Amino acid sequence: MTAVDVEPTPRRDRLPRRTLRDPLAAGCLAVLALVIAASLAAPLLTDYVPDHSVMADTLAPASDAHPLGADGVGRDVLSRLLYGGRTSLLGGTLAVLVAFAVGGPLGVISGFYRGWFDAVAGWIVNVIMAVPAIIVMLVVMAAVSQDLNVAMVVLGVIMAPMVFRLIRASVIAVREELYVDAARVSGLGDGRVMRRHVLPVVVAPSVIQATQVFAVAIGIQAGLAFLGLGKASQASWGAMLGDAFTNIYNAPVLLLWPGVAMGLTILASSLLGNAVRDALGPTGPRPVRKRRKRVVRQSAPAADVPADRLLTVEGLRVSYPKPDGEKSVVEGVSLTVARGEVLGLVGESGSGKSQTAFSVLGLLPDDAEVTADRLAFDGQDLLGMDTAALNRMRGHGIGYVPQEPMSNLDPCFRIGFQLVEPMRTHLGLSRAEARSRALGLLERVGIPDPERVFRSYPHQISGGMAQRVLIAGAVSCDPRLLIADEPTTALDVTVQAEVLDLMRSLQQEHAMGMVLVTHDFGVVADICDRVAVMRGGRIVETAPMRQIFAAPGHPYTRTLLASTLDGGPVRGEPSARPGAGEPLKGMTS
Amino acid sequence: MLAFLFRRIVAGAALVAVVATATFLLLNLTGTDVARNILGESATRSAVTAKSHELGLDQPLVERYWHWAEQAVRGDLGSSWFTGDPVGQSLVDTLPVTLSIVLAGLLLAAVLSVALGTAAALRGGWVDRMVQLAAVLGTAVPSFLIALVLAVTVAVQLGWLPATGYVAIDASVTDWLRSIVLPAVSLAVAATAATAMQVRGALLDVLRADYVRTLRSRGLSTRSVVFRHALRNAAPPALTVLALQFIGLISGAVVVEKVFGLPGIGSLANSAAVRGDAPVLLGTVVVTVSVVVAVNLLLDIAYGWLNPKVRVS
Amino acid sequence: MTVPLLELDDVVVEYPAKGRGGKPFRVLHGISLTIAPGETLGLVGESGSGKTTLGRAVLGLAPVTGGEIRYGGRAVSRLGKRERRALSEDIQVVFQDPFTSLNPAMTVLDILTEPLLVTGVARRDAEQRVRTLLDRVYLPHDAAHRLPREFSGGQRQRIAIARALCRDPRLIVCDEPVSALDLTTQARVLDLFTEIQEATGVAYLFITHDLSVVRHISHRVAVLYRGDIVETGAAAQVTEAPEHAYTRRLLLAAPVPDPDRQARRRAERQKEAAS
Repeated sequence: MTAVDVEPTPRRDRLPRRTLRDPLAAGCLAVLALVIAASLAAPLLTDYVPDHSVMADTLAPASDAHPLGADGVGRDVLSRLLYGGRTSLLGGTLAVLVAFAVGGPLGVISGFYRGWFDAVAGWIVNVIMAVPAIIVMLVVMAAVSQDLNVAMVVLGVIMAPMVFRLIRASVIAVREELYVDAARVSGLGDGRVMRRHVLPVVVAPSVIQATQVFAVAIGIQAGLAFLGLGKASQASWGAMLGDAFTNIYNAPVLLLWPGVAMGLTILASSLLGNAVRDALGPTGPRPVRKRRKRVVRQSAPAADVPADRLLTVEGLRVSYPKPDGEKSVVEGVSLTVARGEVLGLVGESGSGKSQTAFSVLGLLPDDAEVTADRLAFDGQDLLGMDTAALNRMRGHGIGYVPQEPMSNLDPCFRIGFQLVEPMRTHLGLSRAEARSRALGLLERVGIPDPERVFRSYPHQISGGMAQRVLIAGAVSCDPRLLIADEPTTALDVTVQAEVLDLMRSLQQEHAMGMVLVTHDFGVVADICDRVAVMRGGRIVETAPMRQIFAAPGHPYTRTLLASTLDGGPVRGEPSARPGAGEPLKGMTS
Repeated sequence: MLAFLFRRIVAGAALVAVVATATFLLLNLTGTDVARNILGESATRSAVTAKSHELGLDQPLVERYWHWAEQAVRGDLGSSWFTGDPVGQSLVDTLPVTLSIVLAGLLLAAVLSVALGTAAALRGGWVDRMVQLAAVLGTAVPSFLIALVLAVTVAVQLGWLPATGYVAIDASVTDWLRSIVLPAVSLAVAATAATAMQVRGALLDVLRADYVRTLRSRGLSTRSVVFRHALRNAAPPALTVLALQFIGLISGAVVVEKVFGLPGIGSLANSAAVRGDAPVLLGTVVVTVSVVVAVNLLLDIAYGWLNPKVRVS
Repeated sequence: MTVPLLELDDVVVEYPAKGRGGKPFRVLHGISLTIAPGETLGLVGESGSGKTTLGRAVLGLAPVTGGEIRYGGRAVSRLGKRERRALSEDIQVVFQDPFTSLNPAMTVLDILTEPLLVTGVARRDAEQRVRTLLDRVYLPHDAAHRLPREFSGGQRQRIAIARALCRDPRLIVCDEPVSALDLTTQARVLDLFTEIQEATGVAYLFITHDLSVVRHISHRVAVLYRGDIVETGAAAQVTEAPEHAYTRRLLLAAPVPDPDRQARRRAERQKEAAS
């Protein structure tokens, strides 16, 4: 055995640098830096004491003495703006620190150990979150202290549940990861597991959360001051807004400065959080929804098509736009299916077999680029079809059986409704007709109590049942072609055999053509008439089923067949055991 | 379902009781001389003692609490220390104002967030970008700042809508609507933004789900797939966010009421807080928490109705 | 017979019921089996049979509520945290999903040195050991400085095997380690398991749903059905001429890559089902 090749990929930058590359983020940081610098340098920038009022200066316009004018009781606006910035920044910081000091450790402990601690903490959190924050602040300021900083500490406690929930959820998510189990089995104690595996995951969401708490705290603090709470000596943007509001008819301009200062600080903080979030994941703007790009390059004459031909695919290509060019997943696939024929489409993951199948149904993601020399079903060109015609074709002409039964039924609707809906659309049946037909189908696919399953929700039935329901749905409108994407892979072996039997008998009963996507040569041997073997987006070999097993033509087909374990030799007795005589290490300690 | 409702109502009542008790203790444990505050610095010592006795403040704390709780359970929340008005009556007078703007805001947020979130998820591109950016800004900017801007522009400068005052719904429906439009809009912005992002995210997840592809493979129209199946599946998480936002809506109402001069619970609580009028403040806490509990209960029922896993099991 | 390396004696695993008053959910109802040093015991079962839970019980990750698990003759199912950690030197794991069993934020070097550094091995020695391990699983040395997502499923599973081998264990619990892999990769990784066993004498508890995989790798096979062992025996016997009806059903249900044999197998299965 030789060493496995590993393709190197460039490593990504760390989060802070990636965030800063976003011009918006850099701008936000600049704004915040400016606000902080101006607040800190307040004594250097103005000689006024912010709460010193001079009656003569009441509502004075901007002048050399008062660069931004004076307010309703003759205080200098600039000085109040600068010192008010201190109050806001300090308040926001206090709230963030307290919220994280309280919510952070509790969230980690709750998420990591669960149990009674989690239950109690969860209950307290629910109580705190049920009370509107400002009401609590009003009570606290009436009862305890008029100091805005004290209020912000309390606000931190009130906002701790937000932090608690976020951190608890992240910790729980990590805790359930297999790599944490693996670390425990490796002998790591709780402390190390937490430090090495849990805490790193919590950092980034915490940064985002902190910017939000900061912004909200500044807003609430301003709201309180606006309501007239807080000590008169504490200059704040909220109090400035309150004063300006009483003079809204004489000097509306007074609203401008504190409003802009507060708005900018809050926006910069939350946009910064948003930029961190963007830098974390590929959540950039999604591409615009495109009209399906299905291009027929040349329509070959249809004369040479045999009468029993159901599906013709020629020169099918599928690719996806990527930041660094296009990624091609299907590269010129051609295949045909005759009426009543079962074609096996075999390949390993990434071979493009499912992409080929979905192209026929027109069900690839929106950004897929599909082109083909020809893509025709029963004499009709699938590529040129508009959506309405395609919808008539799907379900009615071509049925689809998915791989994973449980995730392919809509969890919010009863099974009966999901079966009835397409039949009413395609076959124009009345509600009662569709219902009796659906019950008949459920019985046909081997469901013991059709009435009950008809009334059930998907989560109430087993995986095997769900797959039978999906098969019933696929054949409900008498399609001529069935596309089955690994229809038994997710099922237990015993269920798989029954489902294969069912598909086989339905296929023969209705003389349906079928494209069966699979990676399992056992399934191929069981049900297929012909086989196409795919690798890297191309078909390497197409042959009748027996020929594939008896005389595989392509080396890759031979490799695949040689990899099947079935029929191989059984392992013999344990050979010489070099370590068997040694004392067990764990026992000696 | 009935058992579920019963459990939720009991839990809600317990929550109100716990919050009320905590508030009572907080308001009554502080050492300020309430009677002196009410009567002012010039009052005689004996007058202050008499006032204290009149208000029952000379009784031990436990007894005062028991007395209050007993009356509260019977629906009597006491009287204001300063005006002597029954707290219950003040609340009955002010609650409709607050409920009007808060519920209108909630409704507005629900409708707009579904519309915006769906548009962002389905359209992608610049629509998505704009909605996302607006949502970040909308969640961050406090509602009273929006209220101030609206008051200055729409009401004062343009004069399209009244800047202050409330008209009861039974006096004139149009005037009532005109009086609550601006406050409701100011309140709805943040809730809309947060919920729209949730709708967008949930819808994108659902549209990527396997069953949506299967539904499309059955030949159902895009309209049916998106508006019947996908939105229905995206609704429960959006509803959870909306329930949380409602509490924020009430918080916002306290300040927004002041901007638009509305005589609601918020104004009542504000003046009580400034004066230190404990019975009134306590009453407003009990009522707001009860409203939160009631609305959450309704949203819970809606959640159960939307989510068969919760409903059936 | 020599002293078994691992012995399960009437092991019961129950998870507490949701809510009060409910009956606890019993996943395993009294499992007994043994694994000798250097041996592979294949454990076959379908979903819901409790096979993963059994593996987790051996690893100390599932609550053993009855019976006893003995390792080298010593009871280990109710150990304290510290003693359990000491046992990590002897019992290791390879999980099914190679995508979630490696921390995506850690380099391969960090992943592989972690179990060594906890026990106080010097970093230089640990890094030296990593090079040997990478050789052993046929990954290039420069793999050490990459992140898991740069590797394919089969390569990640090799990294997981290297991590399990870090401290020279006596027993590795392999929970469906090849079922997420492609056919060709699957065969190569299985060969790697066999080769390592032959070189080091480690024993495997090899959990899988696939009879052909179990036949390929196991010396002995145990069949698990709804929390009970229905059949135990030599690999050849269980996978060719099973005694228990369920094992027979399992065997006949698996399609074979040979049209004629598969046709016979199908007919036989349908006959058996009808009777």
